[in-house]
Amino acid sequence: MYSTDIGEKILEANNLKVWFPVSQSFIDNLKGKAKLYVHAVDGISFEVHERETFCLVGESGCGKTTTGKAILRLVPVTSGSVIFKPSKSVLSDLRENGVSVDSDGRVDLVSIPQKKFKPLRRDLQIVYQDPYGSMNPRYRIRDVVGEAIDVHKMVSTREEKEEMIIRVLDKVRLTPAEDFIDRYPHQLSGGQRQRVAIARAIILNPRLVIADEPVSMLDVSIRAEILELFNELKRDIGLSYIFITHDLAVARYVCNRIAVMYLGKIVEMGEAREIISDPLHPYTKALVAAIPDPNPENRKKIREVPIIGEVPSAINIPPGCRFHPRCVYYNRAVGGQEGMAKLVDKCPKEEPPFKEVKPGRRVACWLHD
Amino acid sequence: MSLINIGFPDSNVSIIRVWFYIVKLKIWYTQVFCSGSLAGGMVFALPLLEIKGLKTYFYTLRGIVKAVDNVSLTLEKGETLGIVGESGCGKSTLAWSIIGLVPPPGKIVSGSIMIDGMDITRMSEGEIREKIRWKKVSMIFQGAMNALNPVYKIREQVAEPMLLAGYSEEKAFKRVDELLNSVGLTPAIADRYPHELSGGMKQRVVIAMALTLEPDIVIADEPTTALDVVVQSQILNLLKELQRKKKRSIIIISHDLGAVTELAEKIAVMYAGKIVEFGTAEQIFNNPLHPYTQALIRAIPRLTGPVTKLEYIPGAPPDLRFPPPGCRFAPRCNRVMDICHKEEPPLKELEKGHYAACHLYD
Ligand SMILES: Nc1ncnc2c1ncn2[C@@H]1O[C@H](COP(=O)(O)OP(=O)(O)OP(=O)(O)O)[C@@H](O)[C@H]1O
Ligand SMILES: Nc1ncnc2c1ncn2[C@@H]1O[C@H](COP(=O)(O)OP(=O)(O)OP(=O)(O)O)[C@@H](O)[C@H]1O
Ligand code: SF4
Ligand code: SF4
Ligand SMILES: [Mg+2]
Ligand SMILES: [Mg+2]
Repeated sequence: MYSTDIGEKILEANNLKVWFPVSQSFIDNLKGKAKLYVHAVDGISFEVHERETFCLVGESGCGKTTTGKAILRLVPVTSGSVIFKPSKSVLSDLRENGVSVDSDGRVDLVSIPQKKFKPLRRDLQIVYQDPYGSMNPRYRIRDVVGEAIDVHKMVSTREEKEEMIIRVLDKVRLTPAEDFIDRYPHQLSGGQRQRVAIARAIILNPRLVIADEPVSMLDVSIRAEILELFNELKRDIGLSYIFITHDLAVARYVCNRIAVMYLGKIVEMGEAREIISDPLHPYTKALVAAIPDPNPENRKKIREVPIIGEVPSAINIPPGCRFHPRCVYYNRAVGGQEGMAKLVDKCPKEEPPFKEVKPGRRVACWLHD
Repeated sequence: MSLINIGFPDSNVSIIRVWFYIVKLKIWYTQVFCSGSLAGGMVFALPLLEIKGLKTYFYTLRGIVKAVDNVSLTLEKGETLGIVGESGCGKSTLAWSIIGLVPPPGKIVSGSIMIDGMDITRMSEGEIREKIRWKKVSMIFQGAMNALNPVYKIREQVAEPMLLAGYSEEKAFKRVDELLNSVGLTPAIADRYPHELSGGMKQRVVIAMALTLEPDIVIADEPTTALDVVVQSQILNLLKELQRKKKRSIIIISHDLGAVTELAEKIAVMYAGKIVEFGTAEQIFNNPLHPYTQALIRAIPRLTGPVTKLEYIPGAPPDLRFPPPGCRFAPRCNRVMDICHKEEPPLKELEKGHYAACHLYD
């Protein structure tokens, strides 16, 4: 039901890295101590297609938000490229500004100078997790939603602007729009506020919306309504999403493909439902096992989650497979389990390649080499 | 404070609220332990906890918030009760009432809360402190793990109330080690500061503190919210073990039905200050009777089974200062009838031990 009408590739990240320098003391610098970095995003590659919802899933701190911000150039990118295919009007503005465009009409978001990035903000939008914190409390809804129209000088008259705002409020079903347009954010419920955030994101007809945990602060009873809205907009106006969530169950309902991130790397990627019904990477297996599918039988047993300890710091990434200190397979191999001797050598030393193990499924694990 | 909050973007606890907790927690602990007598020694009478017709209101400048409005509940020894409901439906207020710590401008207006045969609504603060709080019933406050004092080591924080109560340092520190052990932490972490611990470890410390005086009832208010799924399952496993080993009664409060069913034998579903359905976990899941419970269960995204279109409940819960007349769920209910807008449905026992408040069953 979701995968039938996926279109051409619109975004391609190649070996994207975002490292944040760790502030060190003057003394450390004097001593010539090696400079330390938070490896927030540590070399990831993926593609997003037209009308596709591509999901980034993983635990807190694994680099999901940083990936989104890197694409929007809201954090400095350390290396790699993000090839994006802008819409026609954005492309012509970019050409006018002398941005280099390849023969397929694509640009590298990473190498465009910050000053020339502005037109791309019409194509690339973000919806944040916190509908409360992401809006100026003194703005009325018309200002929250209409701000981008002014910034990008999209219309010349007040009437046109008003019309655009009403149209987009209708689209996110804040109806009748006239009832909402003059309210302040605090006069709305959480779900309504998130609709405003979505309206603000789609008012300029973007190609790609990065939705960063857009429902995790909403009550379960209204979450589904917002998720449905995302699906509807994808159908109706051909949007693509990078949908960031820590909740695999939510991902299963909205995503076409999932990339599971661990400590800045994608460890597994593939069709959403297959990843959940048949996870291959030991980390994905643990994530799936940890989620309580509500069932009264659950209380009768201790939930077995096949993973050791907690996430290490993103400053000192473990060598080899970065998951090895927590991996139960590696641990069993070390304990002498038969047929797994290979892991004892490989896992702590060599980084496993991100290999296609079957059509559309990639895994970075020596078990699947 | 802001430092500590980094990494918990999910937390819906405001910093002010968190500070409020930290200040209070400290005062309470201090008061408890300073009040002398640590001996329990009560004769057990069943049920362990019985709440009847409880009303707890907040008298704010902008109106009376009827946060808990005529709630009745019982909890037997060793039983685990789950309380679920949307944000703002009164879960925490109910819990604060049970432990006698309703923050101002809140007040218990009427009803009774019997703990071990004593009605705490009729007890003075001093009596509650001496006989009930932390000894009979303790609470893991919502967001408390982010409210640990950043300038004290874990050992000092866990031991401080015991030291103030006159424990020798040796005895108090020994107890700290025991407590940390019992929640799956190595006593070595006692030498660390809160910011040196992960979210999961901090939550374990907070759980350990609630266990200091071996209470019969532990209330865990949103103990897994804002934690990662893997850590969530570890914390829920810990609570499960605590309940099993010591036959402790646990009240787990959460907006997440998934988390609640990991523990609870009985479940109370709250909506807008009222319990609308109550029964065993099996009754609630296999045969939900109230339209709100039914809709809530259908709205949960699941990891298995067919991916059907998710259902949702239109609208939002009412403002508890001006709840709608009749059934409070009526404005959002898909089975609403005329009578629902006029008369409040009573909570009725519809099968053995299974209660619902809905005019469909008149
Ligand atoms: N501006 C920054 N400076 C330094 N470190 C940062 C910065 N932003 C993020 N980090 C670090 O980078 C890592 C990845 O953070 P990021 O916010 O991308 O994670 P996330 O997957 O979005 O987590 P969450 O689920 O908690 O939102 C973390 O270790 C974080 O502390
Ligand atoms: N100190 C207070 N002063 C005034 N009103 C309050 C106070 N504390 C809570 N309330 C109100 O009482 C109602 C119930 O709040 P409570 O915190 O008990 O809900 P909850 O179910 O625990 O919500 P959550 O899931 O968000 O923790 C809400 O309408 C809330 O705004
Ligand atoms: S590569 Fe080795 S350590 Fe890493 S996930 Fe696979 S088996 Fe575990
Ligand atoms: S009493 Fe009426 S409005 Fe309330 S839940 Fe039952 S049917 Fe719905
Ligand atoms: Mg994030
Ligand atoms: Mg609460």
